[in-house]
Formats: sequence, C-alpha cells, structure tokens
Amino acid sequence: MIAENLPALLVVMPLLGAPLCILLARGRWAWLLATLISWAVLATSIALLWQVREGAELHYAFGDWEPPWGIDYVVDRLAAYVLLIVSLIGAVVVPYAGRSVSTELPSRLQALFYALLLLCLAGLLGIVITGDAFNLFVLLEISSLATYSLIALGRDRRALTAAYQYLIMGTIGATFYLIGIGLLYMLTGTLNMADLSERVPALTGSSTLHTAFAFITVGLALKLAMFPLHLWLPNAYAFAPSVVSAFLAATATKVALYAMIRFIYSVFGVEFTFTEMHIQALLLPLGIAGVLIGSVVAVFQHGVKRIHAYSSVAQIGYMLIGIGLMSVTGLTATLLHLFNHALMKAALFLAIGILSFRLGDTCLRSLSGIAREMPWTMAAFVVSGLSLIGVPGTVGFVSKWYLILGALEQGWWPLVALVILASLIAVLYMGRVIEVAYFGQRPDDAPPVREAPLALLVPTWIMVAANLYFGIETSVTVGLASEIATGLMGTAAGTP
Amino acid sequence: MDWIGQYNYYVVFFLMMTGFYVVVAQGNLVKKIVGLNIFQSSVFLLYISMGKVQDGTAPILLDGEAVYSNPLPHVLILTAIVVGVATTALGLALVVRIKEAYGTVEEDEIRERDDDA
Repeated sequence: MIAENLPALLVVMPLLGAPLCILLARGRWAWLLATLISWAVLATSIALLWQVREGAELHYAFGDWEPPWGIDYVVDRLAAYVLLIVSLIGAVVVPYAGRSVSTELPSRLQALFYALLLLCLAGLLGIVITGDAFNLFVLLEISSLATYSLIALGRDRRALTAAYQYLIMGTIGATFYLIGIGLLYMLTGTLNMADLSERVPALTGSSTLHTAFAFITVGLALKLAMFPLHLWLPNAYAFAPSVVSAFLAATATKVALYAMIRFIYSVFGVEFTFTEMHIQALLLPLGIAGVLIGSVVAVFQHGVKRIHAYSSVAQIGYMLIGIGLMSVTGLTATLLHLFNHALMKAALFLAIGILSFRLGDTCLRSLSGIAREMPWTMAAFVVSGLSLIGVPGTVGFVSKWYLILGALEQGWWPLVALVILASLIAVLYMGRVIEVAYFGQRPDDAPPVREAPLALLVPTWIMVAANLYFGIETSVTVGLASEIATGLMGTAAGTP
Repeated sequence: MDWIGQYNYYVVFFLMMTGFYVVVAQGNLVKKIVGLNIFQSSVFLLYISMGKVQDGTAPILLDGEAVYSNPLPHVLILTAIVVGVATTALGLALVVRIKEAYGTVEEDEIRERDDDA
C-alpha cells in the first residue's frame, strides 16, 4: 500500500511535518523530526527513481480523481532525477542545520525555521512531481513564500530588504507564469500538462499561444535567476542564514530550471520552441552574458557568500547555453550541470556556513590565515572550488566537458573559448579566497578559533565526497542524463 | 465591433500595466505592495472573465438549465487569491520589520543608511 502511494507521500510527508514542527515548539525536537523526514524523502525518491529507471512513467491521481479532472502526479525519469537532487541536498542540509541554526537564530524561532524549511522542501518536490500546470503555480508559491521568510531570518538587517526585493520579483515572476497558464487554458481548456502537449501543436501560429509562451518563459526565468533577471539573487544568498543559502543555492533555481525544461520540451515541444519561437536566440546570448558578467562581477566581491552568489548566476548561464545548443549533447550538459552544480554549491555553501559558524562573518578580511586553524573546512572549500572551476576528477569537469562537446558538434568555436575563459575567471575568484585563507597572516588580536564540530564537518564532507565520486564514476549521471535528453528531444530533434 | 466585445481584456491589461508600473516606479515599500496587488487582481479578472459563457447562469444544479458559466477558473482564482493574500501579508510583515530596523520605508533612504553603516 505504501509502495503505490510513494509519489503522494513524497510531498505529503514534509507538508505534514511543517505544522508538527511548530507543535513540537522545541528547536531540538523539530530538528530531529525534520531530519527524519528529509531522510524518508530521500529514500522515497530513490525508490521512485528505481521504479522508473527503465523509462516507465508512474502516474498518481490525487484523491482518486482521474485526470483531467483531478491533479495528476507524474514521475518519469526526468522528474525522478531532479527529485533525487532536491531530496539529496535536503537530506544533507537538514542534519547540518542542527548546529548551525542553534548559533544563528534565537531559540524561539528554531522550530519555526524547520517548519519553513520543510514547507520549502515540500514545495520544491511538488513542483517537480506535479503534472498539472496550475498546481505547479501553487507549489511554486508555497516554496517561494517559505523562502522569503527563511531569507528574512538572516542576522544582518539587509536580509530583510533582500527578502523584500525577492518577494516583489518572485511574485511578479509567479504572476507572469499565472498569466501564461491562463492564456493556455483559454486556448486548450485543460491544465493537465500531458493534455496540453497534445493540444498545443494544433494551435501553431496563434498569437495567443506565442504570448502564453512568452509569459511563462519570462516568469520562470525570473525564478531561475536568468541574467539579467538575477538581481534578487546575490543579496538573498549573501544575507540569508548559512543553511538557507546552501539549500537555496543548490535547489531553488534548479527546480525553476526544471520547470522551464518541462515547458520547453514536454508542453510546448521542441518544434514549437526552437523553430517557431526561436528561444535559442534569447537563451544563448543571455546565457553567455550571464556566464561572463556573473564570473567577472564575482571577482570583485568582498564577501565569500557574495562571490558564490554571483558565481551561481554564471553557472545558471551554462545551463541555459546547454538548452540553447538545441542538441541532445547540449541538453545532456544542462541536466548534468543541474545535478553537479547542486553538489558543488551545496558543498561550498556548507563550508562557508562553517566559517560563519566559527567566525561570525565571511568577509575576505576575517578569513585571513584561517586555513591553519580550520584545515578540514578549508580543504572542503578548496576541493569543491576545484569542482566549480572544472578540474578533471570532479563533477564540474564532467558537465563542462559535455557543454564543450555540444558546442563542438555545432562547430561553435567561440563558445568553447568562452567556457574555458569563464573557467579561468573562476580560478581567479576561487584563488582570491584561497590565497587569503592559506597565505594570509592571522591578525594577532584575532580571537582563537578551533576546527568545526563534526556535526557540521560530516555533512560538508559527504557533499565533497559526492563531488569526487560523481566526477570519477560518471556512468550513473551521464547515462541517466543522456537518456533523458534523448527522450526529451524526441524524434523532433531534426536539428543537428 | 470586435474590440468592443473584448473590452474585458482592455480593462485587464490596463490594470496589469498600472500595477506593474507602480511596482517598478514607486520607491515606497508599502506602495510597491499596493501595486503588486493591483497587478495580481488584474490576473484574477483575466481568469474570471474567461470563464463567462454567453447567457450562462451560475453553475448550480437547476431544473432545465443547461447553460452555465465555467466554474473552474473561479476555483483556480480562489486559490490564487489565497496565495495573493499570503504574499501581501508576508510583504507587509517584512515592511514592518524593515521600518523597525531602518526607521523608514523609502527605498532610497534605506540604501543611504546601508551605505553609511
């Protein structure tokens, strides 16, 4: 009985856990409950991925209302793959939160914090698993509202303005998406994604369809922080509590990108998106601009968190370039980077969280010479930084390799040069932090610091180990990503 | 004429652009939220007007009545209104906290105080 209800349980468990956390009221108990739920969610998504690994599609009609009347939850390989990413990050970040949150938040807020974190997790998982376009909007708002409140819990007062700014931009994005869905419903009379994809081809040439496409794309682009709609992201990541930065950087934008991939490939179809709407003409230049500008701006930041916030903008640029390549290899690169970027940003932000746990802030100035005091933390930082740069043996290399392959397939040499150039800029901004931490002198008047407790180091090193493992043992991720990409491009992938 | 028949869309898009303009142009955080509300309400109107069926009644079971308006957009918008209320509440709560922390709700003054600090 449990086995057939797994798709529903995946979202229901964290959703029910949130009010339970508030009832428990004690931070410690809430943390325990949240940890258990996050592990159960991870187990569930592994079980789902196992069931669909051969390419089957699981359908779950919520409340036994058959689609198109009811809400249909669909698990195919793409959904299961993204579910795995989100729940994996959740299962590592929530245990880590125990120590980190107890120093960063007053104890009366801690139970609420875990409730919000679970709500955010439920929303993100729901976006991935739902097969209903309007349900996606509701879940998008559940996760977003939780996110705004989580960011506002940051210690700096600028966290408040960052959360406010994100709330305004995020709501505009979600409302744009809602307009797009409304127009689609007007045209097709359905909200079910599978039905939409059947009825959209017949409408080719309709200007309402073009408008709907534009609204949905721009709305989701705001959520996934596509350059130049990324303005909310740096402040939100920089001032949020460390745990929140790690969780959001690794999951939120990825899930929005997943929603965009769903709409581009499954709902509107490759033919419509690329030959009628020419979305590559939008995604490629903006992706390239995001990669270049994000990387360059990152070099000039003073806080480690801000450096990596801007670097996230650049990494999202890579994923958009992959879609813009219009090929199976390009899409494979995007999907790989989706997974890999989640791993490396989680590892980096967890390491940064440890620094902020011990030092109180993460300005470059206060990191001077810290590597001697906290060797394990900085080692984790360096390894995941290498992964971000794309050094062979780490996950960053795998996705960049496929991106370069995709560019070569099209014969776009300048793009290859760009990817390599941007990686070199990544060496610069990672190098600045590493130089200060390893070769700087610890000021004499600085208070003594010790290595971080194991409760923080272990989750961080699990993420670092995942960076190395999936960088060497690539058959699982690459195999899955390329099969999904082939399936999504389908037979319509006539473009070379 | 066709464009008179579509007056509901003109109203919707006028409101939408008004709200959007207010969000972008206003520096006062509360007024931004008001703009956001106008923007969202226009979308609610868009949905509700699309559910209207000519000569249709309310979707209630009646003897002999066959033509009724499409209730689904109404239901969707009930959900969207709840989301909108939650967003407004959270936005205003943030504004209150910002006022406590900065002593102002004007965007440019907040920026000045951040630069001074």
